[in-house]
Amino acid sequence: MNLKKMLRVVLIVAVSALYAFPVLWVVLTAFKERIDIFTQPPKLFFTPTLDNFASIFSDSASDGSAFSSDFGRYFLNSALLSFGSVFTAIVFGTMGAYAASRFPFKNRDFAMFSILSTRMLPAVAVVIPVYLLYRTLNLMNTYLGMTLLYTAFNLPFVIWMMRSFFDEIPREIEEAAMMDGSSRFRAFYRVALPQVKSGIAGAAVISLLFTWNEFLFASMLTGEETRTVPIALAQTLQGERGVDWGKLAAIETLYILPVLIAAALLQKYLLRGLTFGTVKG
Amino acid sequence: MLAPTAVLLFGLFIFPLLWSLGLSFYRYSALRPQQAPRFVGFENYAWLLTDLSIWQRFIATGVLVAGSVGLQFLIGVSLAFLLYREFKGRKIVLSILIAPMMMAPVAAGAFFKLIYDPSFGVLTYVTKTLFGVQVGWLEKPAPAMLGVIIADTWMWSPFVMLLTLSGLLSAPKHLLEMAQIDRAGRSLTFRYILLPHIKPLMMLAVLLRTMESFKLFDTIWIMTQGGPGDATETLALALYRVGFQYYNTGRASALAYLMLAVVIVLSNFYLRLASRASSPEGET
Repeated sequence: MNLKKMLRVVLIVAVSALYAFPVLWVVLTAFKERIDIFTQPPKLFFTPTLDNFASIFSDSASDGSAFSSDFGRYFLNSALLSFGSVFTAIVFGTMGAYAASRFPFKNRDFAMFSILSTRMLPAVAVVIPVYLLYRTLNLMNTYLGMTLLYTAFNLPFVIWMMRSFFDEIPREIEEAAMMDGSSRFRAFYRVALPQVKSGIAGAAVISLLFTWNEFLFASMLTGEETRTVPIALAQTLQGERGVDWGKLAAIETLYILPVLIAAALLQKYLLRGLTFGTVKG
Repeated sequence: MLAPTAVLLFGLFIFPLLWSLGLSFYRYSALRPQQAPRFVGFENYAWLLTDLSIWQRFIATGVLVAGSVGLQFLIGVSLAFLLYREFKGRKIVLSILIAPMMMAPVAAGAFFKLIYDPSFGVLTYVTKTLFGVQVGWLEKPAPAMLGVIIADTWMWSPFVMLLTLSGLLSAPKHLLEMAQIDRAGRSLTFRYILLPHIKPLMMLAVLLRTMESFKLFDTIWIMTQGGPGDATETLALALYRVGFQYYNTGRASALAYLMLAVVIVLSNFYLRLASRASSPEGET
């Protein structure tokens, strides 16, 4: 029995190490000097350096590689687009979810299905018509266009997730508030909303991740001014001149840092989020 | 209150999709917007069904989906049972396991590219010292496909684990205690108490993962760009190539509709399963 217990502990530790390894390895690489990165056998111990991080934000790559572009701007773009679109999606999404939860309007199930199905479409299939549309409307490489797009991306998800939260809270309190003369909107805003605060937080963080991580649409629709981090990452990785892994690893480390923090905070909502509110974590 | 949503979703998804449905019957290239689309009927769809390379994309996609969903299911369910019983530090272990699925596929692809690198990659080194062979991750067709599957499995097997685990934890405690009092064997407990609780959730996980790996683009694009040769060129990548490298917008639209059809069928199954999973009482 004791042996079995020990085996289980060993297994759990091994599994955790295995899953953490790819991330740890990149973070380690970010602190390595060039010579330590390219050695075989791979080095686990080395003298750390911050050079790679410093080089992300400076314009002077010695070999004139693609890294000379300004990553500070890309990070800012990623953050701006993420927060802007998630804010809009949360505002309209919670309103829509409340409506879907409280008013049994005609064709509600069909409407909800249509909303969800837009989120299930393969991105590659949608990107062609959206590309044509944006070109016609001159929305290419604009913050407005990208914010609209990401809002539309996050809306179905926010609506489905928030609806499952609204469905759980009793409607009697709102009804009582309305009896006392408050309007429907006031009942929503003052009574229902505070009860689903944690749900909103969860939905917001998961949508932030979606947007922060999005690649395909950004690669087709952004240009130099609106470029986001994943695009710049991919470009550096597929550059002709060979990859500066130290710098790339440093960028990645900064790029995934907020995500790791979110992962630690988010456990509770992740399952619910990834299954569109159908499974309560 | 749903109106803004409806407008936005219609404008950015439904309308463009109708547009591209139309385009799928035309010969048109987005590269030459001044040249008017020419109506060709079902020619683009005929191309889909007769072009040999498209069938190869289907096979590659099938291998990827079967391989990665299969692995994710096996590993995910095993992990769920490994972590089922409470222990100190379980929260931390769970945090570590769910971190990968929250990361950008682009970032994950780059992690694995570093690990697979033919000259200084860790895994290259490990496989060489352990088995004495240069596997050539991402360099040869079969290892490249396996490499993509491993990366996808790293990211998403914890998702299967999470769903299964939530099913296991939702199994009513009193039933489990009664089973213990009645000295029901492990296999009986599993079959009659646990399995009914996790089955709909496991099916949900498999379906969601099938849908997602069918559409998988970013990870493959970063790691192999469909190569070597066309070994990891799935339908999603082919669609991208036809649409944005050959700029054959008409054909790409037809291919997009083919993929849409598959996803719509799958998401119908998903919704049916999801409504069952959210009410497990109705199961037993």
